[in-house]
Amino acid sequence: MPKYNINVNGVSKSVDVAEDTPLLWVLRDHLDLVGTKYGCGIAQCGACTVHIGGSAVRSCSLPIASVGDKAITTIEGLSEDGSHPVQQAWKEVDVPQCGYCQAGQIMTASAFLDKNPSPSSDEIKTAMHGNICRCAAYTRIHKAVEVAASKLG
Amino acid sequence: MSTSSITFSRRSFIRTSSLASGGLLIGFNLFTACKPKVQPPVDISKLNFNDFNAFIKIADNGAVTIFSPNPEIGQGVKTAMPMLIAEELDVAWNNVYVQQGILDTENYTRQLAGGSQSIRLGWEPLRQTGATARQMLVNAAAARWGVDPSECSTSEGVITNAKGETLGYGDVVKEAATMEVPEGVTLKDPKNFKIIGTDAKNVDIDKIITGKPLFGLDYKAEGMVYASVLRPPAFGKVLESYDDTDAKAMPGVLDVIKIGDKIKQLTKEGKGNWTVNMGQSDKVVVIAKSTWEALKGKEAIKAKWVDGTPLESTQMQDKKLLDLLDGKEFKTMRKDGDIKKAFAQADNILERTYESPFLPHNCMEPMNFFANITADKIHLVGPVQTPEFAATAVADMLGRDVEQVHLEMTRMGGGFGRRLYGDFVYEVAEIADAIKKPVKLVFSREDDMNAGTYRPAIKYRIKAAVKDGEVTAYQLKEAAVNGNMYGLIPNFFPAGCIENYQVDVAHYKSNITTGAWRAPYTNFLAFAEQSFFDELAETMGVDRIQLRLDLLQKAKGSTDERMQYSPERMEKVIKTAVEKSGWGKQPDGIYQGFAAYYCHNSHVAEVANVELENGVPVVKKVTCVVDCGIVVNPLGAINQIEGGVIDGVGHAMYGELTFADGKPQSENYDTYRLIRMREVPKVETHLIQNELAPTGLGEPTLPPAGAAVANALKAATGNRFTQQPFSKFPELMKVPAKPIIG
Repeated sequence: MPKYNINVNGVSKSVDVAEDTPLLWVLRDHLDLVGTKYGCGIAQCGACTVHIGGSAVRSCSLPIASVGDKAITTIEGLSEDGSHPVQQAWKEVDVPQCGYCQAGQIMTASAFLDKNPSPSSDEIKTAMHGNICRCAAYTRIHKAVEVAASKLG
Repeated sequence: MSTSSITFSRRSFIRTSSLASGGLLIGFNLFTACKPKVQPPVDISKLNFNDFNAFIKIADNGAVTIFSPNPEIGQGVKTAMPMLIAEELDVAWNNVYVQQGILDTENYTRQLAGGSQSIRLGWEPLRQTGATARQMLVNAAAARWGVDPSECSTSEGVITNAKGETLGYGDVVKEAATMEVPEGVTLKDPKNFKIIGTDAKNVDIDKIITGKPLFGLDYKAEGMVYASVLRPPAFGKVLESYDDTDAKAMPGVLDVIKIGDKIKQLTKEGKGNWTVNMGQSDKVVVIAKSTWEALKGKEAIKAKWVDGTPLESTQMQDKKLLDLLDGKEFKTMRKDGDIKKAFAQADNILERTYESPFLPHNCMEPMNFFANITADKIHLVGPVQTPEFAATAVADMLGRDVEQVHLEMTRMGGGFGRRLYGDFVYEVAEIADAIKKPVKLVFSREDDMNAGTYRPAIKYRIKAAVKDGEVTAYQLKEAAVNGNMYGLIPNFFPAGCIENYQVDVAHYKSNITTGAWRAPYTNFLAFAEQSFFDELAETMGVDRIQLRLDLLQKAKGSTDERMQYSPERMEKVIKTAVEKSGWGKQPDGIYQGFAAYYCHNSHVAEVANVELENGVPVVKKVTCVVDCGIVVNPLGAINQIEGGVIDGVGHAMYGELTFADGKPQSENYDTYRLIRMREVPKVETHLIQNELAPTGLGEPTLPPAGAAVANALKAATGNRFTQQPFSKFPELMKVPAKPIIG
């Protein structure tokens, strides 16, 4: 099997996997970074969202062969200690119910706020529309993005 | 202080022990007494959740650890149940460390998550336990000071005597551990609560936001392999043969095996809570080094399936259910008066039929479980709402002693009823038993949606008689799949409000597996009933709120012991919702719909506001009023309430699983629609303040949401929605052009 060198959370990692292996499963099964979640496998729910080169990407549908040497950031690398303003906003608002989708929500929100630090309510809704929360903690997700924006701004 | 009304002796469910490592360990049973001779362990690593299902540890330094007993599926009990203990123990909440009371244990637990009952049933025993522990600490301090315990008071883990001397809990745990468990401790007056009723954040919040391993899918063990199961492609199909040549040649694939014998035997014996009829067929399992390789390997299996039992379609199910409603074969669940006579004498009769589809649960964390089965131990780890059932069934299935089962619960990525069923635990156990390796069974999303225990399609037909402006008869007929409403539901509103009242049910047996889904039966019954009352008010030409209030008047002072709801509490949530939602006082362009419902011991009223966006009606806001007694953790409670309302709106609007030739017609989120951010209404919550014991909250706000929306859509469009999901009827969403005046 081919060998891939990838850059995850600032660390260079080497994995031997088939070229079609989605980044999601490389992170979870091979690198023990299980914060990134499996939800649908077809880029429809957002649970597997990571940052690649600063943009939010659905890792379940990204084959390892196409990652290259671009910097990958997962929920474990968003901050060292949960101090990223989006993580802090999630805590302040007490967003989670079951909590399973929240890493993906946080990764989507943080990439979005990087590009649009003072979004309107409608812009938040559009940005977060791709992430499903089955517990429907949506009102708090929306609120937490607003709180994070105020922390960043 | 008020003495608790609880009658059983505290001796019967609390035991204490000195920990070898220092400190006091209190073991207790929530719902059952301890065996007379068992004692809590002296070593914290030996916590035995078979004899005690929850523990409190008070360390020498005063630190308090509460081992929370119940499975956490997102409903917040891992936070709220320990709050009840901490309140009466009188410690500061921020000094309390909460652990899921199961990890690294010697045995399995007896707790389950279901029916919104954790807080209601734990309300007395958990507070009793905290109060008993507090009294023992006080008694120990009083003995050291040589004073009477009644001269001592406590606050935030510190005991103070009349002279103002103080001792921390940690200072006296050693003595406390040797003392008699006191009788007759008193519980706090709710007015003096310091923790109950305050906002406590999710105890796992730091782990969740940093992506720590918490869930079943995150669990790993040394030497663990992964399993993916190829199940029948349709309900009714069974495996005839398969070719695994290609699969075995796939990278990472270690083995391909067939399972089914053991599970089929279990099904035959009716053991466990096995409801997955796919258990009639053998299944093919791919064992691989990684999840992806297991999932890919499965795609390479060439299997031949043959028809075992009839393959159902949605059209066929609809016809069967309507035939049941039209037929005469019913079981009568409740009968008051004589509906026949009342219908014969009626001035007016209204009859309507309401129809709902199958729904998958769609937990965000797909079903999964870990098993490692050795000669002397059955080690199971993962997300399951009914750990005891699962453990017993696995032991039965493998012909082993249940004492060998070690089941660890993980946090669950949603439950909604799906994880009440242990099918995935039995599957992984059969796999692990065959391959003799630690193994993790992983469902793909497609597996999860197509091997479900679905909310079954249900149809209701409601008929009411009106005579001289009064509702004189009410008949509810239910036609469902595989089973009918159970227990107390026939005694919910409007039972007791209408003299002639009857509930009749019928079902047919399907090979499609069905089960509990958030607020079983009531999740659609509330829609039917509360839509019907709106329509009934329109037919009678009376105010829709007043009709409900007038009916409730008749139930007041009822001596009928079957009555489940309180007319007074229902009246209060209705009136509060009217006031808080600005009912009837909205500007043009805002259309409101009302619904009120009682279930899971809680009373809820909701008002949906619909507005037009580009000519299309959109749910913009839901006002939700809840009476669930004392709210233990308002921050968590409001999250549950909002989630329940939005879940209810979402499934009423979009949720539907159809079948063709036994095969579910959606298998992933590209063809199955769940509510998303842009479709979410604002939810405004109002909690009724009282000092009544807490009741359920995980489910009760979901059922009325669909009716509130349907009633608002009627106001906006003039059209009545009687079938879910509403999105299936775009023609009814059209708003009529206003007539041109002049």
